[in-house]
Amino acid sequence: MKVVIRHQRREVEVSGRRRVRDVLVELGVNPESVLVIRGSQLLTHDVHVADDDTIEIRPVVSGGTP
Amino acid sequence: MRCQRCRGDASVEVRRHHAAFCDAHFIEFFDRQVERAIEDERMFTRDDRVLVAVSGGKDSLALWDVLRRLGYAATGLYINLGIGEYSAESYRKTAAYAGAHGVELLVADIPHDYGMNVEEFARATRRVSCSACGLSKRYLFNRVAVDHGFTVVATGHNLDDEAAVLFGNLLHWQTEYMARQAPVLPSTHPKLVRKVKPLYRIAEREAAAYAIIRGIDYIVDECPNSVGAKSLLYKEALNLVEKAAPGTKQSLYWGFLERGRPLVTGQDTATLRDCAHCGQPTTTEVCAFCRMTERAAQQMRVRREAGHAAPDQRGGAAGEAIATR
Repeated sequence: MKVVIRHQRREVEVSGRRRVRDVLVELGVNPESVLVIRGSQLLTHDVHVADDDTIEIRPVVSGGTP
Repeated sequence: MRCQRCRGDASVEVRRHHAAFCDAHFIEFFDRQVERAIEDERMFTRDDRVLVAVSGGKDSLALWDVLRRLGYAATGLYINLGIGEYSAESYRKTAAYAGAHGVELLVADIPHDYGMNVEEFARATRRVSCSACGLSKRYLFNRVAVDHGFTVVATGHNLDDEAAVLFGNLLHWQTEYMARQAPVLPSTHPKLVRKVKPLYRIAEREAAAYAIIRGIDYIVDECPNSVGAKSLLYKEALNLVEKAAPGTKQSLYWGFLERGRPLVTGQDTATLRDCAHCGQPTTTEVCAFCRMTERAAQQMRVRREAGHAAPDQRGGAAGEAIATR
C-alpha cells in the first residue's frame, strides 16, 4: 500500500494487508497525534488496509499560539 | 469497530470516552460537547454577537462552523500576520470558507497597518516569534471586537492546547499564569471583551476529525515559525502518556479547572488602565503591543537612515492583496 505521511512530506510503500494500527507502529507514529484517511474516509485503528490502497497519515498537532 | 450509537462502521474512536462513532454520530458528539462547554461556562447565548478568531487552521474553522450550525451569530476575524506564503494560504482557506457559507469575515492586516510583519516585531524586541505573534493576536482580537461592538471573542483553543499550556506552567510553577487559564476570561474593564474557548472539551484529534468529516478545507501545514516551539514539545510528551493512559489530558486540564485553579485564583491582581498611546486596557502606562510596535518602527527608521533597505514584506502574503476589512 502507499502511505502518504503528510507532515514528513514523504510517501512510503508498505507491503501486505494489515491493520491501521500496525502500519502506525511500523512507521513509529503515535496514533494520538494523527488521523488516518483513505479517500475522504477516516479510518479507525482496527481497519484492515489492502495492498492496493493509498492512505494518508495526517498530523493533528498544531503549535505556537492558536 | 462499531459506532456506539447505530452499530454502523465507526470512523472516529474517542478512547478517553471509551467510545467510537460513525461520521454522523461523531458530529452529534462534537456538537454536544461544544454546547455543554458554552452552557456550563455561560460563555454566550444566541443573542450575543460572537467574534470568532479564525486562522484557517482546523480548530478555528471547526469552531466557526459548529457555532454557525448551532445557530450562534458568529462573525470571523482573520489577522494577516505577514508570514509569507503561510499567511497567504491560511487567508485563502479562511476566505473560501466564508465565501462558501456566506458568512461575514473581518480582516486585520498587520503588514498594511504597521508596515512590517510579526517576525520583524519579534526581532525588534528580541522575542521568539510565537510570543510576538500571540501578543499581536490578543491585542487585535480585543481591539477589533471593541471597535465593532462585539461583546465576546471566541478562540479555537482545544483540550490539547490547554493541557499543554498547563503542563508548561506546572513545570515552571508559573502560578500567576495558571490563575489566568480558564475557558472564560471575563471582561474586567469596559474596553476588554470577554474571551471564551468553546472547544476546551474537544481533543485536538477530534477537532481535526470534525473538520475532515464536515469537508472543511483547512491549512494542514504548520506555521514555519512554530518549529521548535515548546508547546509542540509539551503536546508530544502528553500524547505519549495519552497513548498509554487515555484520558490523561482531560484529567489534567479538567481536574485543574475543578480542583487546581481555585488554589491559585486571586494571584492575578493586576489593575487595568488605558494605554497612554492607544487607549486599550493594560497594566502598564503603555501597553505591551504599543511598546513592541513602536520599538520595531524605531529600529526600521534607524536601519533606513543607515542606508539599509527595508525588507519587502508589505502585504506579507507573497504579494497577494488581502481583502478589505
